[in-house]
Amino acid sequence: MLDLATIWAGIIAFAVLAYVVLDGFDLGIGILFPFFRKRGDRDVMTNSIAPVWDGNETWLVLGGGGLLAVFPVVYATVLPALYMPIILMLLGLIFRGVAFEFRWRTRRASFLWDIGFWAGSTIAALMQGIALGAIVQGITIIDSAYAGGWWDWLTAFSVTTGIAVVVGYALLGATWLNLKTSGALQERSRRISLLTCIGTITLIGVVSLWTPFLNRTYFERWFSFPTAFFSSLVPLLIAICAFLIWQGLRTDKHLQPFLAALGLFVLSFIGLGISFYPYIVPGALTIQEAAAPQSSLLFLLVGAVVLIPIILIYTGYAYWVFRGKIDPHEGYH
Amino acid sequence: MDYGLTAELLARMQFAFTVSFHFIFPAFSIGTASFLAVLNGLWLWKRDTAYLSLFEFWKTIFAVTFAMGVVSGIVMSYQFGTNWAEFSKRAGAVIGPLMGYEVLTAFFLEAGFLGIMLFGRKRVGDRLHMFAVAVVALGTLISATWILSVNSWMHTPAGYAIDAKGNFVPENWWEIIFNPSFPYRLVHTVLAAFLTTAFAVGGVGAWHLLRDPTNRQARTMFSMAMWMAAIVTPLQIAAGDLHGLNTLKYQPAKIAAMEGHYETRDGAPLVLFGIPNEVDERMDYSIEIPKVGSLILTHKLDGRIEGLKAFPEDERPPVAIPFFAFRIMVGIGLLMLAVGLWSLWARYRGNLYGDRRLHKVALLMAPSGFVAVIAGWFTTEVGRQPFTVYGLMRTSESLSPVAAPAVGASLTAFVVVYFLVFGTGVFYLLRLMGRTPTVDEDHDLEKGPIRTSGINPGPAEELDRARGKGHA
Repeated sequence: MLDLATIWAGIIAFAVLAYVVLDGFDLGIGILFPFFRKRGDRDVMTNSIAPVWDGNETWLVLGGGGLLAVFPVVYATVLPALYMPIILMLLGLIFRGVAFEFRWRTRRASFLWDIGFWAGSTIAALMQGIALGAIVQGITIIDSAYAGGWWDWLTAFSVTTGIAVVVGYALLGATWLNLKTSGALQERSRRISLLTCIGTITLIGVVSLWTPFLNRTYFERWFSFPTAFFSSLVPLLIAICAFLIWQGLRTDKHLQPFLAALGLFVLSFIGLGISFYPYIVPGALTIQEAAAPQSSLLFLLVGAVVLIPIILIYTGYAYWVFRGKIDPHEGYH
Repeated sequence: MDYGLTAELLARMQFAFTVSFHFIFPAFSIGTASFLAVLNGLWLWKRDTAYLSLFEFWKTIFAVTFAMGVVSGIVMSYQFGTNWAEFSKRAGAVIGPLMGYEVLTAFFLEAGFLGIMLFGRKRVGDRLHMFAVAVVALGTLISATWILSVNSWMHTPAGYAIDAKGNFVPENWWEIIFNPSFPYRLVHTVLAAFLTTAFAVGGVGAWHLLRDPTNRQARTMFSMAMWMAAIVTPLQIAAGDLHGLNTLKYQPAKIAAMEGHYETRDGAPLVLFGIPNEVDERMDYSIEIPKVGSLILTHKLDGRIEGLKAFPEDERPPVAIPFFAFRIMVGIGLLMLAVGLWSLWARYRGNLYGDRRLHKVALLMAPSGFVAVIAGWFTTEVGRQPFTVYGLMRTSESLSPVAAPAVGASLTAFVVVYFLVFGTGVFYLLRLMGRTPTVDEDHDLEKGPIRTSGINPGPAEELDRARGKGHA
């Protein structure tokens, strides 16, 4: 059961999860830009993620590159199926990525790059959510090639998952700001954290209730033993995370709400994994069918096993170097 | 209303457009990262503030370039799937792991230490900061190594088998990575990146020398750049010659297109200029030097060189683009050599900082590396046609099941966004380069996200402050 293909599915899942939680909070900062109108606040917000955003986005490249290497058929079918959302996501990421630097390089047009930062972040998040919804609802694959239409990805369900991801990222961003800032900015991000927390949990609920009715497999997975055990546990765990967010915000804890918000994402992600297994593209390709030849899996696995822990160590070190609150006043000399 | 543009042609245009735009940034940041490592090392060693202020000056430029390289690179990593799904499916098991290694050994390394390099000097101290700067430079080189291995494999595939479904299956990773054209292409490309940076730095130095010949920072950067030009250009010409011989061995049709040879001849001439006539299969208005073509390629006056007619018509690359792009690249290379020699002469005469004509020429040559690099890539990539994996998989078999309007729409979006975003970025870069590099400028340059280091106290100060407040 624990063969190379399954191990790789786990590693890819880990990379995607790492991407979602890490780039999630920095995309969230962009999504929240309209709620913070002062230039000084926005400077603090971007400065809180400037040293780490590039590393966060690298997990997305690992997800894409890894998929090409170990599940080439998935890469070659899912990306054409999601052609438009992927292209829009990439264009969104371009705007937000350069905005970090560009908004400092001009006075007159700085507000334009702030708009670009907000729009780019929001579009990227929305498209990621839509892509997720499109994969969950199913992709038409015939003879290892995408065989669906150009607008298959656009449904009420995928738009809902898109909005859910935008709101969820906003929650991550708001709790990150609660961790990294102080004073009025922190106060405001606390209120936004509460609102987006309610929104996120509502949307998780909607999507979770909707998913089993999309397709029989999901229904059986969620309401049969032993996975039903987990599906009954999930609402409880979600409720615990929500409580920890709320309690942390009320009692002026800085790290706890952020970690609990990450917990919401981890739980949702595990839920998805349980729904999908043993498929990698639900209903179309199983992990085993889609895997590259053993020599490819093994060759890259050696590197992944050695390097991913090292990457986690130095990434952790980079976060540690830039730990603590951002002080807005020292920025203006 | 498809104007005769097929999905395949549009997808090729999209790839050419996005990869050309993308490569401009790494071509510059590979060289700049190493330049910064040298500058920081010299500052720590000699404690001469000229090096520190140059480091700060180029650091900001590097940060802007790097950001553009990252976001345009993410596009590349997904474009294989959106537009070239069949290629990804059939070749993914071979090239995918190499790209996976690029992410694991290079991208994370660069991203992990970039923050410390840009914002962290005060937080981690000189030593660790130097380490971070060196690691970022190393990361850019590791990245180049893997991606050039992938690209070279597409030119000179090795170490593979083909299974029943037509998919490439890896057999020997050593042979795949060190495929026949890889060492040459790697050396040629990395030297090109160094030269691109050298001429950009030299041009910026020259600009400031023209305005103020006494500016020490301008003098230092101009001098360093001209050393690079004088030393690296001859090496690059030698490396290019070896790369050409390697191409002659493995992709003779590409050489025939580059040289403008339709006929197979012993003692072939060197075609200096001409206009390829693809209908009548000959060169029009060509200016030739007898026998020199064979001399360069075979190192013998009457060596045999195969012309395009020796290859089946459906295996010949287009001629015009490789032919002209190659001449642009070589022409710029010779100009670079001339500038390098001129700088040596001026240096010998003690007039390196006073020779205004040299400075003007160096200023004109500032973008030359970028042009040469793009011309070189057009030569080799168009010369690989009509194949994606040379001799084995055709470009026409590589496409995704996409329709022309979808590719056309995304191409339009990329063109608009790239010109808007990266055009603005280049404008900002030019403005950053135009600032006079002065010793006390590093405060000024601390503006921007770079300020994070200034905003936050270092770990030690933070601890002291916490103790002072009695929180510790």
